[in-house]
Amino acid sequence: MASVRAGTLSMRDSLVKNRTVNLLANLTLREIKGQYKKTVLGRAWSLLNPLANIAVYSLVFGILVRATPPLGTNSGLKSYALWVACGIIPWGFMSTGTSLGRGALADNAGLLTKVYFPRFVLPTSTILALASTFLTELAAVAIFVGVAGGGPRIVWRLPVLIPIVILNTAFVLGLSLILSIGMVYFGDIQHIWGIFLQLWMYASCVVLPFSLVQQAQVGHPNLPIEFLFELNPAYQFVEAYRNVLYDFDVPSLTRWLVMLAWAAVSMIIGSWVFSKFSSRIVEEL
Amino acid sequence: MTSNAVVVSDVSKSFRIYRDRNRSIKATVLKRSRAKYDEFWALKDIDLEIPQGKTFGLLGNNGSGKSTLLKCIAQILEPNKGFITHVGRMAAMLEVGSGFHPELSGRDNVYLNGAILGMSKAEIDRKFDSIVDFSGVGDFIDQPVKNYSSGMYVRLGFAVSIHIEPDILLVDEVLSVGDIAFQEKCTEKFSDLRRDGRTVVVVSHAVDQMRTFCDQAAWLRKGQLMGVGPAQDVINDYADQAHNVQQHHSQLAEGDAESSSEDQTQGRFGSGEATIERVELLDAHCEDVRQVRTGDKVTLRMHFTCHEPVAAPVFGFSIEHETGFLVWGHNNVQSDWVAAPMRPGAGSVDLVIPEFPLRPGSFRIQAGIAADHNARTVDSLPRALSFTVATGEPFESLGVAVMHSHFENLRQEG
Repeated sequence: MASVRAGTLSMRDSLVKNRTVNLLANLTLREIKGQYKKTVLGRAWSLLNPLANIAVYSLVFGILVRATPPLGTNSGLKSYALWVACGIIPWGFMSTGTSLGRGALADNAGLLTKVYFPRFVLPTSTILALASTFLTELAAVAIFVGVAGGGPRIVWRLPVLIPIVILNTAFVLGLSLILSIGMVYFGDIQHIWGIFLQLWMYASCVVLPFSLVQQAQVGHPNLPIEFLFELNPAYQFVEAYRNVLYDFDVPSLTRWLVMLAWAAVSMIIGSWVFSKFSSRIVEEL
Repeated sequence: MTSNAVVVSDVSKSFRIYRDRNRSIKATVLKRSRAKYDEFWALKDIDLEIPQGKTFGLLGNNGSGKSTLLKCIAQILEPNKGFITHVGRMAAMLEVGSGFHPELSGRDNVYLNGAILGMSKAEIDRKFDSIVDFSGVGDFIDQPVKNYSSGMYVRLGFAVSIHIEPDILLVDEVLSVGDIAFQEKCTEKFSDLRRDGRTVVVVSHAVDQMRTFCDQAAWLRKGQLMGVGPAQDVINDYADQAHNVQQHHSQLAEGDAESSSEDQTQGRFGSGEATIERVELLDAHCEDVRQVRTGDKVTLRMHFTCHEPVAAPVFGFSIEHETGFLVWGHNNVQSDWVAAPMRPGAGSVDLVIPEFPLRPGSFRIQAGIAADHNARTVDSLPRALSFTVATGEPFESLGVAVMHSHFENLRQEG
């Protein structure tokens, strides 16, 4: 109970903090190092995977369906492949992040039942490891966009990515905290989340431009389609990355506020759920 | 007055035993409750103080709640009621090598596992050579641990755990790790911990190991604390109780045997001039018992009925371990005691053992009468009686026998 913590916390306060940071760093490194250990190409896979995705979507939607990419406001870019690249990489971070974060507790049952350490370290290290991979991917996209027509101007926009990545990571982490607890109690979440992610991707304008949504809104004036898209956090994050990498611009103030709100709500609910349930999960594993 | 390293106050812990485990959302919605379950109390109102600098043993049969208590102390489980406080750095060794990543090298895993167990990088840097040396893994340290033999894997895990050097170390039945040489190293390391004034809490049901290991002990049965105190006393109580349970079982088995008396006389043979009616095992108060203690005065009494005279009878007893190993045997000719000729009628003869020299265990007594200088068996009962031995004095740690031994004359060169 609470008194267990209260009785011991004061004595170990500073020690515990050091240990937790140290453990977090070690587990994050474990994830990063272990990720591509058995492969010949190793870390190259973290770039090859999204490249393959970009190629597939460019082929299907850019050439066969002929979706027209929006015009990059400051960059003057008009390339479906570049536009998709700027969206699919952030989306990959959110979908993979929540999928891996979801299993962070259930998949580490052996560790949780044998050793005591702050439980939030497990989902957090998973997300942090993924975030570091995500950063290298973003760098690759920036180079890709710069070389393929954007020019060196893109370099000046890159620092804007830092707060976006921080807010996005907080959003994914909060969601993962909730999902990881949920997985311990309901195995179904694994499958439900897989289906939900497919729907969510199309609801976030990752591969199809927002102009299609606007067209649909004209066709159904009574449904709040555009409003729902605007409310979707993944859409806001994906568009924010595109603001920077495709438009060479900064996100609007509204977008900043929406992202901040989603990150905060996700972290607050996530930490609350996690602290309420994490002490009993060992019995349920 | 020493202070306490761990204080357990009024702790209870229950688990949910699901009658109909449902982990699906559909089932939950349909039934409107998550799952039906019974409450099972693994620990009930435990009050315990573990003094600083002592090696403390938690004893109990399987399912007695000792591991649950250890996990509560280790903060892995949270008690439903009551609270546990501890002073100083604590580390639990519930399973060695948990958290090893098979694809990473031994070196990386030492750092990872060390961090999980609460060591800082600088601390592991400092102890790294000593850890590798202790584990005996050698050049394999830079290989992925998936290539390790199971022994190497466990040894490396143990080496990391034991180098945490916490103020309080919690250990769960992991003392039987590795080969004999490695076990000796472990024992040495544990005595180092003790010498440094660290507190060790050990869970085990290996009574003999605990006896050599612990200063203090507590024993649990069905989630309740049955006794706390100096290790020898508590362990004796626990061992007696454990043997009683065993004896109870063997009596049940015997009961079946006695109801059809052929079984008790199973394997009986002899020419039949006299028959052995029964054998009694008498303690110092001349009561017929089925449990004696090491060091007790014990008398074996054979009751017989003589049908035809036997000129020079030879009475014999032997004791067999439950595994069938013959421990001891004796007859009156061997001890130059000449028995008077047997006349028709009932009678008995005693064999006195002044200090019973067997260690705790289960044993069987065989009884026999022979004639003509032991050349012809008159009657022999190979399974006359079963009994158990409980711990007594002197205490010597291993095997079946006590030898009243003692150490002396330690000499050292130089």
